[in-house]
Amino acid sequence: MDAFRFRRDRLGLFLARLRLEAGDCREVWLMHAAAVQRSENHDSLTAMKTVFRHRVATRLWHWINAISIFILIGSGLGISNAHPRLYWGSYGANFDPAWWELPRFPAWLTIPASYNLAISRRWHLFFGLVLAFGLLAYMIVSLLNRHFARKLRVRRGDLSRRNLLADLREHLALRFHDPANPTAYNIFQKLTYLALIFILLPLVIFTGIALSPAMNAGLPWLLDLFGGRQSARSIHFLCMIGLALFTVVHLTLVILAGAINETRSMITGWWRVPEEPRP
Amino acid sequence: MILGRRSLIAGSAALLAGCDTVIQQPAARRILFLGEDMHRGLQRALVNRNALAPEFTGAERSPFFRPNGTRDPGTSEYAALQAGKFADWRLQVGGLVAQPLSLSLSDLGAFPQRVQITRHDCVEGWSAIAKWQGPKLGDVLKAAGMRDAARYIVFTCADLYGGAPYYESIDLVDAFHPQTILAWALNDRFLPVMNGAPCRLRVERQLGYKHAKYLMRVEAVASLDGIGKGKGGYWEDNVDYDWYAGI
Repeated sequence: MDAFRFRRDRLGLFLARLRLEAGDCREVWLMHAAAVQRSENHDSLTAMKTVFRHRVATRLWHWINAISIFILIGSGLGISNAHPRLYWGSYGANFDPAWWELPRFPAWLTIPASYNLAISRRWHLFFGLVLAFGLLAYMIVSLLNRHFARKLRVRRGDLSRRNLLADLREHLALRFHDPANPTAYNIFQKLTYLALIFILLPLVIFTGIALSPAMNAGLPWLLDLFGGRQSARSIHFLCMIGLALFTVVHLTLVILAGAINETRSMITGWWRVPEEPRP
Repeated sequence: MILGRRSLIAGSAALLAGCDTVIQQPAARRILFLGEDMHRGLQRALVNRNALAPEFTGAERSPFFRPNGTRDPGTSEYAALQAGKFADWRLQVGGLVAQPLSLSLSDLGAFPQRVQITRHDCVEGWSAIAKWQGPKLGDVLKAAGMRDAARYIVFTCADLYGGAPYYESIDLVDAFHPQTILAWALNDRFLPVMNGAPCRLRVERQLGYKHAKYLMRVEAVASLDGIGKGKGGYWEDNVDYDWYAGI
């Protein structure tokens, strides 16, 4: 009898998780909470404080991006080695003044490790498409399922100096979650993700498109927008630095917040609410 | 934390090395190289086939148009042509045409001329703007009576790479594009030797290595098989450059 109840409760838990994947709504959450209650006796450790945090679209996009950005930066540094000089304006070559003479990026940073412009370009151009269409799909899905509206909307008071300072203090104390609402993004997270999704990623994609001579014929206004092909190339490089900095900060915070729990939540969707030090 | 950071660095080094292992696998290579066809398909679908590459004013030109690749073919045949100021040079137009042509520089000058100030983009990343003049390739192909079976135009050059002439090829969309010209003048002078004298291709919606210099032969063909190693150009054959260089 007990074994039967255990199986039934596990089934209830499983079904609730499935429905959460499909579209999260309060009733499903309550169903899940009830199932957790029922299975508490059997499964108290894993079920007690585990919450569903990331939906399948977010998780899929996260890993597609992680791979794409990693490969795009590596291959992009390989491409940079072919002509490590940045210019402003439409033209720029060896006899024109460069605003930045870049270092030669070492083999352990580039794809491929040994200099090969053709293969760097093959990697870069393939994963450029993956990044661009991934972002497009994610934007469409996240507008339709209101992910942006629910998770990333900056609310009244979020940007007040008091809230910003309070959040900064919490970050410095390595407390990243509001105990009353642990799955909500804090204001720094919201601003970072908004900047990433709506500014940095579109900018790196469109400056990339502006480097294509055929697309210059099709979309000449893109060149006007960025101030010429060599300016677009410079902005493309600066965006890469922005993405690299984001990745470093992101990974550091993942480690500080608990690498295993955070990584698992981005794979399975389920996140254990951490017990953070409280004053 | 230290452990986490170390394993992150080790992990990313392993991933980078992994990419180099992946590209050795023929199947992975094929998938990755599909990127070229995807870009070509997307660009051809999105961009009008006659859309013009941006053109500039005289004041927007680069102070100096740098050469790249061969600066001087250096063969005795080329030296002889150069000594005669290219009076004996003839451009052979053949392959799948009704009437093969043998054109001198003044023959090229007799066609309606196109003058354009355009940006040259090297695959390495640099750009230079210059003024070019010459007949449209499309007009020359029409004069030779190109046959319906033709799908590609192949350009053979006077400079040698690994003992064989440099060559390149483009499809008919770019061959008949209004800005695709057989340029014999750069910035109002005859082409200098370092820039491809006496005549080079300008195919403005593609990268620099497609703009074959020191032109000797223009041929209309049905297929690129059997020419060089079959990939449509010296760099395509030997170092995996994209044949479609509009990217």
